[in-house]
Amino acid sequence: MGPSIVVDSVSKHFTLRHARSLKEMSVRALRGQPLSDRFTALDQVSLTIHPGETVALMGLNGSGKSTLLKMISGVLQPDTGRVLVRGRVAGLIDVGAGLHPELTGRENVYLNGAILGMSEREIERKFDAIVDFSGVGRFLDDQVKFYSSGMFMRLAFSIAAHTEPDVFLIDEVLAVGDPPFREKCLARIRELRGQGRAMVIVAHDIKMLSRLCDRGVMMRQGRVVFDGPADQAGALWREDRQDRQARIVAGNG
Amino acid sequence: MTTLLTPPAGRMRPPGGEGGLRQVLRHRYLLKLLVRRELRSRYKGSVLGLGWSYVRPGVHFAVYFFVVGLFLGMDRQVEHFPIFLFSGMVLVNLLTETLHAATRSVTGNAPLVRKVFLPRELFPTASLLVSLVHFVPGVLILSAGAVAYGWRPSFGALGAGLLGLAIVVLLGYGLGLLCAAVNVFFRDLEQAVDVSIMVVTWSVPMIYPWTHVREHAPGWLFEVYLANPLVSAVSLFQRAFWYPGTGGTFEFPPHLYARSAVALAVSVVALVVGRAVFARTQQRFGQEL
Repeated sequence: MGPSIVVDSVSKHFTLRHARSLKEMSVRALRGQPLSDRFTALDQVSLTIHPGETVALMGLNGSGKSTLLKMISGVLQPDTGRVLVRGRVAGLIDVGAGLHPELTGRENVYLNGAILGMSEREIERKFDAIVDFSGVGRFLDDQVKFYSSGMFMRLAFSIAAHTEPDVFLIDEVLAVGDPPFREKCLARIRELRGQGRAMVIVAHDIKMLSRLCDRGVMMRQGRVVFDGPADQAGALWREDRQDRQARIVAGNG
Repeated sequence: MTTLLTPPAGRMRPPGGEGGLRQVLRHRYLLKLLVRRELRSRYKGSVLGLGWSYVRPGVHFAVYFFVVGLFLGMDRQVEHFPIFLFSGMVLVNLLTETLHAATRSVTGNAPLVRKVFLPRELFPTASLLVSLVHFVPGVLILSAGAVAYGWRPSFGALGAGLLGLAIVVLLGYGLGLLCAAVNVFFRDLEQAVDVSIMVVTWSVPMIYPWTHVREHAPGWLFEVYLANPLVSAVSLFQRAFWYPGTGGTFEFPPHLYARSAVALAVSVVALVVGRAVFARTQQRFGQEL
């Protein structure tokens, strides 16, 4: 069985454009300020992930984790190198992006389900499971804008968690909801993991990630610096955090 | 109880895929939901709901009818002026609404474009379909009004109407795709489009007959005027809904059908270009938004 995800020496540079309108552009040009800055978000990253693997992307903010995840989902295209995937890719990337506040919960289940790549029949089949899991059943026919933020996130997570893709990408969503719901989310992720799909997770909770994932990929400034057991990668990440903390303290003192 | 997935079939492919309008067809269900979302969210919480899609063109029509038709005396120059006016207006509104909405369609869905990969062509396509939904009541009212003025459907009328509609839909779709893509990089475009929309209303023979341009404009400008695909499309709609009910003395622009064929070709080219620009630039949407 071949790999699910291949990231082959991918680099990505971003151009930060400071001006978007003609007025801003001309003002900046007159003042002699640069119209844009370039920085490297990913630098020759290579990674191969097989079905059944659960991989945590680790690293400080700005190390390129989310960029890499977006490359795998197809939202961003690499400048050089290539990304290949097998099967259906879906993600829990900022849950709620696809929820429309003016629509009811029920309408949003269909819309967001379709956005995440489910067919009409598939959504209908999973509809009850999605609603049960989210626990927003009573408010299903209310507009989502009246939901509490917890309910909103629960519904969004629930839809995404029932997509059952071959490649499942999870970004920063495990911080949602109250502790009981969080446990439920983790249980669901373990269940999905047990079914032989490839998962890539970005989160901030090192302990949780080390328990959940078998493999950790540690990133620094757009480079992969470690690829191995999740707890070892987690240890490296802790060091980075302490370093940064120390620098901030030194800077203040 | 865990059921193991069968290993995903197929070869490895780049995520996202190549886009293109074929992808839109493959995502018909999502497209339907996006159109419904647009309609629901636009009228949600309003008492009249979709009724507003009748009110807006209605008021628009009334203003032109009273000011241009009665006060400025256009109804003495053009037989059945209300039908003349309205047959052009439904078509022009279809185009302007498509352009207005399509230009904002990608930037307006920025959170989605940034986070989830969808064929981005879906957004301008949904804008076009929403405009077509609003076009239907207009045509119904137009037909009812035309019948009241003695119009009866015929194959000639139907053909002219369909040709005019095809020109506007293809042109609107093509320009809509183009503007949606360019607007991601230059936000000024949406304002520029809105200004152009104002010009479009007056640059087609919808409020006045085309003969006024022949009388007042120099020859070359008149040729430029007639070369506008929209002028042909509006004339075709007048041929379809207004002309059969009149005494038949009105003279349409010379070579109307030949010009319409050219207009249709121009619209097809606009669609091909719009699609190509959109497909090329959409790879950068994710990072630009």
